[in-house]
Amino acid sequence: MIIKDIIFQLSIRSIRLHFLRSVLAALGIVIGVVAIASMGMMGANMTLSVTEELSSMADTLVVTAYSGGGGGGGMPGMGGGGDDDDYISQDEFDAVERIAAKYGTVYAIYQESDTIEVGDKKGRATMYGLDEDMFPGLFTLTEGAFPRSTNSVVVGPMLVERLDLKVGSKIEIGDPDEGSTTTVRVVGILEERGMSQDINSDMAIIGSEKLFTGIFGGEGEYDQVNIVLNDLDDTETVTDQIEDKLNRKEDTVTIQDSSRMIESITGTLSTMTIFVMAIAGISLLVAAVSIFNVMMMSVTERIREIGILRSIGTQKNEVRSMFLYESAILGVLGAVIGAVVSLTVGWLVVLAMVGSTEYFFAPASLVYVPFAMAIGTVTCILSGLYPAWSASNLDPIEALRAE
Amino acid sequence: MNSSPVVELADVTKVYHLPSGDVVALDGVSLSIEEGEFVAIMGPSGSGKSTLLNQIGSLDVPSSGDLFIDGKNIGEMGDRHLTEMRLNTIGYIFQKFNLIPLLTAFENVEYPYILKHRKKDESGRVNHILEMVGIDSDLSRHRPSELSGGQQQRVAIARALVNEPKILLCDEPTGNLDTKTGRHIMDILDGLNSEGRTLIMVTHDPAIAGYASRTINLVDGRVA
Repeated sequence: MIIKDIIFQLSIRSIRLHFLRSVLAALGIVIGVVAIASMGMMGANMTLSVTEELSSMADTLVVTAYSGGGGGGGMPGMGGGGDDDDYISQDEFDAVERIAAKYGTVYAIYQESDTIEVGDKKGRATMYGLDEDMFPGLFTLTEGAFPRSTNSVVVGPMLVERLDLKVGSKIEIGDPDEGSTTTVRVVGILEERGMSQDINSDMAIIGSEKLFTGIFGGEGEYDQVNIVLNDLDDTETVTDQIEDKLNRKEDTVTIQDSSRMIESITGTLSTMTIFVMAIAGISLLVAAVSIFNVMMMSVTERIREIGILRSIGTQKNEVRSMFLYESAILGVLGAVIGAVVSLTVGWLVVLAMVGSTEYFFAPASLVYVPFAMAIGTVTCILSGLYPAWSASNLDPIEALRAE
Repeated sequence: MNSSPVVELADVTKVYHLPSGDVVALDGVSLSIEEGEFVAIMGPSGSGKSTLLNQIGSLDVPSSGDLFIDGKNIGEMGDRHLTEMRLNTIGYIFQKFNLIPLLTAFENVEYPYILKHRKKDESGRVNHILEMVGIDSDLSRHRPSELSGGQQQRVAIARALVNEPKILLCDEPTGNLDTKTGRHIMDILDGLNSEGRTLIMVTHDPAIAGYASRTINLVDGRVA
């Protein structure tokens, strides 16, 4: 509408007349928008990349021996060790396999930690023993091949780095001071797998069941049984059936469902994101105060002009919209510039904090740009409300008298 | 002459409540002004001239009494209708010109036109009026701050005229101008009156008041 147009023109000209002051006020909004958008994007990217990393094992159910106490048990794979009852017996494994075989793949793991020696370097490492047939499905090789003989093993990349291992290196397992040692040969090096609930292979030596029981004994006393489900929807069915079968009289096993862990991790991350964004929001609050100040100054400086406008027939609401336009222009200007800048700053923040910008352009990440723009604009308009209201309620005679 | 006066005051009183006590600015003023008259309101400072002009200009309403402008009682109006009155019925010419500094001369004149007609001027009326008061199209592109006092007052007169008001109110129209320029402005105003427009002018300069066909003297808020 044309009347809006002339009032709008007055707002634009007023901003142009006090250009520096207006730019500084808008700069506050720019900073606020950039802070909120980049913090939000950082959180979103963190969540997305962690979820991606974790969901690769979301389809795995981990069954460990019930350790009493709080019922949950710590991180599986860290345990192992002395307690005789702390294993899953062959019978229990068979029971689990009977239930879960039709929903996915079931395999048992032996696990032990022991002293190892490579050349003159000594250290400790986790040793896993599992069915040779499972290797190709579970691991990816970067070098070499999967073990075909009993004294050959594959090793994780972090162990390779620490001990300078190569395909063909020999590792001595066991402490020579305490008894016999076994020498195994590295035939393959695994790809990095990250931390996971089923097997932490990055720092481990992995061999066949026969090799493991040959060194440590304890045949049929598994540390952990993993079930790789074909369909995530079966999680509850399988869990319930195993609970029903093995834990009816007393708890003998603990079943851990990775998806719950992912949920709690992403939940924590999003709480953290909201918290960080709230801190970023403080900068918007400061910007709001500065916009408020600029608008009040604009009203005070233009009291006489307001008096003229009113005396020649400008309605109150038209004066009010003139000042609201002014703060809206500052808000939209700040938000648009802020959006452009936050794409750059957000990219750098994500790169620095998450380490990868793989998910930067994902909708869940980019949505924070319009979100921050909206918050910035609304903040700006809200802080213009009172100045606009006070301008429109000036007495025209008083206003005309002002110098 | 029209039977009903264009401005009629009946026992108008205006009291300002100040912390130091009430100030009676207008004390039972009754007068009427017919259409086409040129009235000068004179009086010493503090006599209530400006208050009277603000009442007639619909910028303020009486504390008591009735004030009819063009047959409507402004004492009963709210802010919205008073504002409409200022836009449509009254043209205000100020001592300090009071042009909008952000707008050019042309836009200053066009502004009330847009407020009233809700569209830009396509009829050439704005240019026509500006020419009539002696502002050519070159000058009309300038901002008020780039014009002389006399030029600004001409633009202000054009602005007051653009919506064809029934009444022109002039508050010391030559107060900020030198004698020669003031005379030019008065000639314009006198010309407008001879075309039949009602003029009400506040002044304390008898020479200027001489242009008017009737002079009302105010002393201490009363018609003397």
